Amino acid sequence: MPLVEMRDVHKRFERDSQVVEVFANMTVTFEPGSFTALMGPSGSGKSTLLNLIAGLDRPSAGTVIVAGADVGTLNAARLAAWRARHIGFVFQAANLLPVLTAAQNVELPLLLTPLSRKERRERVAFALGIVGLQDRMDHRPRQLSGGQEQRVAIARAVVADPTLILLDEPTGQLDAKSSEEVLSLLRRLNDEFKKTIIMVTHDGHAAAKARTVLHLEKGVLVERQGATA
Amino acid sequence: MKFLPLVLANLGRHKLRSALTVLSVALALFLFASLRSVVTTLDASAQFGSATRMVVQNATGIVFPLPLSYASRLQATPGVEAVTWANWFGGQYGDGKRFFANFAVDPASYLAMYPEIAVPADQRAAFLQDRSSALIGSQLTRIFGWKLGQDVTLRGTIFPGDWTFTVRGIYTTTAKSIGEDALMFHYDYLDERTQHRVQPGWFVLRIADASQAPAVARRIDDDFRNSSAATKTGTEQAFQAGFVTMWGNVQFLMNSIGMAVVFAILLVTGNAMMMAARERTAEVGVLKTVGFADRTLFTLVIVEAGAIALAGAALGLGAATGLYGNGRFTFGGFLQGFRVTGATQVLGVGLAVLLAVASGIVPALRAARLPVVQALRKVE
Amino acid sequence: MRIPFVYNVRSVAQRPLSTAMTALGVGIVVAVFVAMLALANGFSAALASTGSPDNALVLRRGANSEMVSGISRDDAKIIEASPYVATGGDGQPLASPEVYVAVNLHRLGDSASEANVVVRGVSDAAFQVRRNVKITAGRRFASGAAEVIVGDKLVGRIAHTAVGDTMHFGGRDWLVAGHFSAGGSSFESEIWGENEQFMPVFRGQVFQVVAFRLKDPAAFDAAKRSFDADQRLTVDVYRENEFYDSQSELLTRILRFLAVMITGIMAVGAVFGAVNTMYAAVAARLPEIGVLLTLGFKPRHVLASFLAESAAIALVGGLVGCLFALPINGIVTSTTNWNSFTEVAFAFRVTPGLLAAGLIFGVVLGVLGGFFPARRAARMPVVQAIR
Repeated sequence: MPLVEMRDVHKRFERDSQVVEVFANMTVTFEPGSFTALMGPSGSGKSTLLNLIAGLDRPSAGTVIVAGADVGTLNAARLAAWRARHIGFVFQAANLLPVLTAAQNVELPLLLTPLSRKERRERVAFALGIVGLQDRMDHRPRQLSGGQEQRVAIARAVVADPTLILLDEPTGQLDAKSSEEVLSLLRRLNDEFKKTIIMVTHDGHAAAKARTVLHLEKGVLVERQGATA
Repeated sequence: MKFLPLVLANLGRHKLRSALTVLSVALALFLFASLRSVVTTLDASAQFGSATRMVVQNATGIVFPLPLSYASRLQATPGVEAVTWANWFGGQYGDGKRFFANFAVDPASYLAMYPEIAVPADQRAAFLQDRSSALIGSQLTRIFGWKLGQDVTLRGTIFPGDWTFTVRGIYTTTAKSIGEDALMFHYDYLDERTQHRVQPGWFVLRIADASQAPAVARRIDDDFRNSSAATKTGTEQAFQAGFVTMWGNVQFLMNSIGMAVVFAILLVTGNAMMMAARERTAEVGVLKTVGFADRTLFTLVIVEAGAIALAGAALGLGAATGLYGNGRFTFGGFLQGFRVTGATQVLGVGLAVLLAVASGIVPALRAARLPVVQALRKVE
Repeated sequence: MRIPFVYNVRSVAQRPLSTAMTALGVGIVVAVFVAMLALANGFSAALASTGSPDNALVLRRGANSEMVSGISRDDAKIIEASPYVATGGDGQPLASPEVYVAVNLHRLGDSASEANVVVRGVSDAAFQVRRNVKITAGRRFASGAAEVIVGDKLVGRIAHTAVGDTMHFGGRDWLVAGHFSAGGSSFESEIWGENEQFMPVFRGQVFQVVAFRLKDPAAFDAAKRSFDADQRLTVDVYRENEFYDSQSELLTRILRFLAVMITGIMAVGAVFGAVNTMYAAVAARLPEIGVLLTLGFKPRHVLASFLAESAAIALVGGLVGCLFALPINGIVTSTTNWNSFTEVAFAFRVTPGLLAAGLIFGVVLGVLGGFFPARRAARMPVVQAIR
């Protein structure tokens, strides 16, 4: 049973009275436990695809079923709750709230759950442990390096144990060393913790870390041979 | 409640801005409380006064006297238990800049009429006995430094010349209608020194039954209608209330300014909230992606505005209440018992809440309605 | 090289709502400032325009208001006979012995209200001595009749003051024969009648004041000395305008104090608002500041630019505030002058000077508010700004 199923999805944008069709008749599935890299040239719509899966955007036509829910039909409130439960999203820029410490940033998704303060603190510690930043718990984002910020963002993405982890160009702003840290972490999440990951990237090296590589070109999704599984 | 650290962290982002906004709200509510208290104090003073005391004045005007011979006729009026009289002296002390009430009374009957005036027994006896003595309110010892036994000289304005009295008694009072900064002396002394040319300014009566007041008033005014001096009789409360109306449209003035103040501060706070919101569009996007509901984000913004407004309210209302104490500020004797009432405080807090909602509503709605994708576009 | 102002204009246009709110905040403070001072001005103007330096007032020695004064008929005759008193065309002295009392009347529409209205009994000569008195409706009261004329400011504020109405005070009925104006002075808050008619009703055979025209206004001091030295009289002499000026002192001081205190507090709040706005503006425009500095503009140019922007926003706000306050001009209100214990009605008075003061006040608020943010902008290290 696929975790993500997109059937006949069309997506159009209207920008300044110009209509841009990003893709049409998009049909694709993602199995649980998969680690997919989504590549393609600038403007090909890969971020849009990710947004549709995350429920951040609605398809112009077609169905998007993620973790058993037809995200195109959920209303905004339901969508938010659903997202809190099922999706962990990592942006290109880590987008941590600068006024909060690393631990408080990671705690954010847990505020939406009924967990007690003690339970939340345990989960946060665990998540920061996975990304190797437990000793930086009380640091503010400005005290962290780019790579460390991104790792905190990943911790935030996994702390609520979501069904799906989505990343949009996670290494885009990082140097080689930091990229390597982040990618190894992702690999571990998939290998050890069996997390389903979909990663948008235009970095071939990053894509090599995934199990499957898909290319989006001119609205068409094509599988290319990835690196070693 | 668990979201509180998030709200506080946001407020701490620009500590200076938050502090300035809180201070603005505090200043505005301080001003509001002050202005409103003028109105409430004036209103309250119109309600002082005993229900069983009545005042008889000359119908033509307060500045016209009444014949002393009226005293016996008033005493004989059905329903009247006791009568006393007094005359406004209007003397000045020193350079005259500090106004205080001073008037001539018939000592024994006046003190009997106002049991709220408390004088130690020995001082009371001394005052009654010495015709050229004066009974002063306890505040005057603080204001002018007068002491028991001291000679005090007032400069007469209505009755020219220098008038010297010996302070024989210091009173305190439990009644709000009588200030503790007045000076009273013997009517007979005034009569003597003016060669019997003086007459009482007003009479005060005690009636047996408060409900009889309108009937007694009518009876007296009818009685004297065609005499040399027609009378106007009313309850002590009505008498006090009359003074309040002499101020004119103070209420309107104070309320208008109060509203202007509140509106101005609304602009300041609203502006600060809007600026804060504008800078956080990206973060709204992140929070929504994480799964925060639109409604939650709306509430967070409103709570943030509320925190500022309520902090300012506590500061401003608290400062006003503390500063004015319990009637220490009388603005030269004109506003007895000036203080910030509970009602004013409640009104102030209500305004703060309104302020929070009004200033936060637009940014809150914007945050709630912001499409995630649009917010995220600003993110990358 | 100065930073062109059009940069400020365009930048401000980028945040129209925020700018408008700041300007409006300043505007409201300026409006309250102007309105309150107009109130104080109106009151003091009403009393200041009362009385002329060419006239003198004689009161009993030691009396601090006309109310408490008393001058006998004989004394009044002595005063009228003084060589310092001017004579009219008919050879009669231009002197008006007057009765001055205050009667308890109700404000129109509120029978529970009390107002102590001045009732002045004058002689015929009064209309020549007090030059600016003019009948504006009806006619003068007739000699020997129970008639009065009512000052313009009382009409519509006190009950029964229309021409032809009957007023009742002092136990008698009085016909309102007409209305009069007196150059905006406090006389317009009075009811005038014939002194001889009032004497038996009120205080008997005694006047309160004698007002006369000085034969030589420059010789006032000599006149005063002459009256002081006269053994037959115990009086004080004042120049008419100076006397009324002193009557208004207490209340004017209170009103001015209120004005300053209230606007002072509001001003601080408004300055805080301006500070917030300008700090945000600076923060948002850091990259631009970096560019300007890189181009070669000096830090003090940047400072001047932001200060000018802040001042300009405040100026616009001040203009709006003045516009808000302007309609108040001429509105009549009344209160009790506690000095004389009498009702005085006066009009709010907005003068060009006051408006100018309001504008300057507003600009000062803007400059104060913009100072620290502007300084921060000017001191920004270029590198930090363009990051």
